[in-house]
Amino acid sequence: MASMRDIKRRKVSIQSTQQITKAMKLVSTVKLQKAKTRAEQSKTYFDYMYKTVTSMLAKSGNINHPYLVAGESKKKAVIAITSNRGLAGGYNANVTKLITNSDIPKEDAYIYAIGRKGKDFLARRGYEIKTDYSDVINEPIYKDAAEISKEVLNQFAKGEIGEIYLAYTSFKNTVSHIPTLMKLLPVEMNEESNNEVTTTDKLTMMNYEPEEEEALNMIIPKYITSLIYGALVEAVASENGARMQAMDSATSNAEEMISDLSLKYNRARQGSITQELTEIIAGANAIS
Amino acid sequence: MADDRIFRLKIISPDRLFYEGDITMVELKTSEGEIGIYKGHIPLTTILVPGIVRITEPNEVKLAALYSGFVEILKDKVTILAEVAEWPYEIDVNRAMEAKIRAERRINNSDNEVDEIRAEMALRRALTRIELGGK
Repeated sequence: MASMRDIKRRKVSIQSTQQITKAMKLVSTVKLQKAKTRAEQSKTYFDYMYKTVTSMLAKSGNINHPYLVAGESKKKAVIAITSNRGLAGGYNANVTKLITNSDIPKEDAYIYAIGRKGKDFLARRGYEIKTDYSDVINEPIYKDAAEISKEVLNQFAKGEIGEIYLAYTSFKNTVSHIPTLMKLLPVEMNEESNNEVTTTDKLTMMNYEPEEEEALNMIIPKYITSLIYGALVEAVASENGARMQAMDSATSNAEEMISDLSLKYNRARQGSITQELTEIIAGANAIS
Repeated sequence: MADDRIFRLKIISPDRLFYEGDITMVELKTSEGEIGIYKGHIPLTTILVPGIVRITEPNEVKLAALYSGFVEILKDKVTILAEVAEWPYEIDVNRAMEAKIRAERRINNSDNEVDEIRAEMALRRALTRIELGGK
């Protein structure tokens, strides 16, 4: 008899958990839609930015610009974008794993944390947290990205750090999010994009005003900012996508458990009825 | 023959495609001075400073405020990448006035060079807003 009550209690508890996961799934679906549009809107800006910067660099050849060579310092800045809240499946773990498994030694890394989960994890692992921008991830705006990029570029210019990395989750589509570790500075252009640019560039002889080097000085910070901003909005979209998936599977798991428990409950109920009947019949037999 | 003078302008800011259209002329404020662009301009990439952009469409003239960014000019296509872009009706003049006063105060009181540069940028933005928003 007690087991019947136990099963019932268990079932009710799972049911209320399921309600929560269902609600969370709905919330993150809505948030995902919003974040997705934002990510798509910022994509045009970023694509143009990338195109312009690559073509500029391809044109200017091997000029010895401070932004294009690694600094003296062995220290490396890592901007780690995670989320402030958990319950998003492997979302946060994937980003932090990327950093711990990378070839950046723990002693040389300065973490610029965006997102509390990643910050706490890395701090526990003994990484040095330089600055914490966790509030940003709730509602990233371009100004936040500008502030962060200014801070890291300042450190870079001062020679405190030699390289800058960005760890975030890139958003491919609703179901696929890829944790990415990207080198921001010194700017590296892969051969492929270089070739692509030179063919289109041959057609137009681009002029620069002010001079290329000065223009680079002004454009590269903007480029970095746009990369950080792009990463922020994509990370938000990925976070909500990951949470949606996690909550979806949690809801269906709960569903499964509930049906299992219902079966057990009914069986126990039937068992108790049968037992009662047997007892009554046995009692009646004994009297007659 | 008016069609011969038309070219495409795109203004992109991080949060939206701000403007896209076929126009006859665009006037911009760059770090080297103000420039006007017609079709067939030489290819040029240049840096923008806070200022008003004047877009001349075949039938209409539009004004907008741009704050820092750069512009890529090709023969029949101009692309502006602006960090912030605003139409006049989006500007809050009162707020800009306050920002102007704040920035001026900071310039007068500061002895830190970095702060001063920042305040000056803020002042320029505020002035652009006031100029455009007051129209």
